[in-house]
Amino acid sequence: MSEVASKELRIVGFLCNWCSYGGADTAGVGRFKQPTDLRIIRVPCSGRVDPMFVVRALITGADGVLVSGCHPRDCHYTDGNFYARRRLEMLKRLLPFLGIDGKRFHYTWVSASEGQRWQQVVTDFTKQVHTLGPMHQK
Amino acid sequence: MSTQKLKEIIKQVLPDVETVICWQEGFDKLNVTPIFITSPEQVDKVVWNSACAQNLASYLPSQKKKVAVVVKGCDSRTIVQYMQEGLIDRNNVVVIGMPCKGIISKKKVQKAIANEPVEEVTFTDDSIKVKTPSGEKTIAVKDVCPSKCTSCQFPTPIVYDHLAADAIESDKPADSVYADVAELEGKTLEERWAYFAGQFDKCIRCYACRNACPMCVCQDSCIAETRDPHWITQKLSFDEKLMFHMIHSLHLAGRCVECGECERVCPMEIPVAKLKKKINKEMKALFDYTPGVNPEDKPPMYVFNVDEAKIKEHKL
Repeated sequence: MSEVASKELRIVGFLCNWCSYGGADTAGVGRFKQPTDLRIIRVPCSGRVDPMFVVRALITGADGVLVSGCHPRDCHYTDGNFYARRRLEMLKRLLPFLGIDGKRFHYTWVSASEGQRWQQVVTDFTKQVHTLGPMHQK
Repeated sequence: MSTQKLKEIIKQVLPDVETVICWQEGFDKLNVTPIFITSPEQVDKVVWNSACAQNLASYLPSQKKKVAVVVKGCDSRTIVQYMQEGLIDRNNVVVIGMPCKGIISKKKVQKAIANEPVEEVTFTDDSIKVKTPSGEKTIAVKDVCPSKCTSCQFPTPIVYDHLAADAIESDKPADSVYADVAELEGKTLEERWAYFAGQFDKCIRCYACRNACPMCVCQDSCIAETRDPHWITQKLSFDEKLMFHMIHSLHLAGRCVECGECERVCPMEIPVAKLKKKINKEMKALFDYTPGVNPEDKPPMYVFNVDEAKIKEHKL
């Protein structure tokens, strides 16, 4: 059951293997209730996330995209998320200029132990996307 | 006259280099094409006027031997960017700078003369006189220049070994560069989407913008055409057109030197450079970085700071 009342939307999440994917797992093991709109794609590192992944997802049918990695300074590969931060910030500022609501895209940092925080991020982001509604008119 | 000076410089550097890349007259006087000079006799073909629009620096990364190239102020930013990214060896390039007061956009001139055949064109410093079957027309360069010239900050090349005329200072305010971006930013989200959707829908995916772009250096490996990874399909749809333009913009994030080649060559008159200019504006705001200005800089996407002063964490 989704936490959000309205019809389920499609949200794509790119999660780094070492922190955020673990964090989502922690949330699952802890049986924290989460919305089910999010479809998770596991990537080795947030630095693996090409901004074009996000654009491609939004163009081809996703209503929202979430990218989550290790906290800055905690990257498993030392500096992957530092590069990711610059790229994703650039994209975050470009999308609204193109006419795509910046609220459909969010990037954040969640560590493997932060199950509670992960639950919060997913719930809040799902709610945010739901207030915007579906992106593509079917 | 600066054309004479240019020819003298070319004759002077020719013995030391494989070729000198310059402009020559095309099939009519309004059309100027590149010439690769290898012998002194060819030097007479060289022209310099406001129709010399093409950014010749684009040829540099594919050159194997020492070459000389003639650049305008805007084109010289391409060379600086190549230096930043290690795409050329500066010791193998002789840069001949041409201070420039503005060029003409061929499409705008053709509109001004109602697409009549061009019989003769006379160039002066700030105007052109076009002779067509229905008579002569004098047009000011500033009325038919591409938008980049209206906010030109670098009329004199940033890097050069020889300068073919006296250096000129820019008389345009620095904030005029992103005036068109700021104007769009003032509109609503829906208006901007309508604008870009309308513009990109015109795209015929000829990839001329990519081919002309000096910073599109992937050549045959461009992911717009590879099957693996298969980023865009051959399907004729708006989504694929938009995706192509996003590929072009994102691969130029913080690298676009705003030479305007993409818009010059676009057969559908799409403002291809708008998204890139927006990214440049943000790069200036975030990292105080302008592409193609300082050879010592590093493009912002190539580097990072552990503590980013201006990137704040986004709250949901």
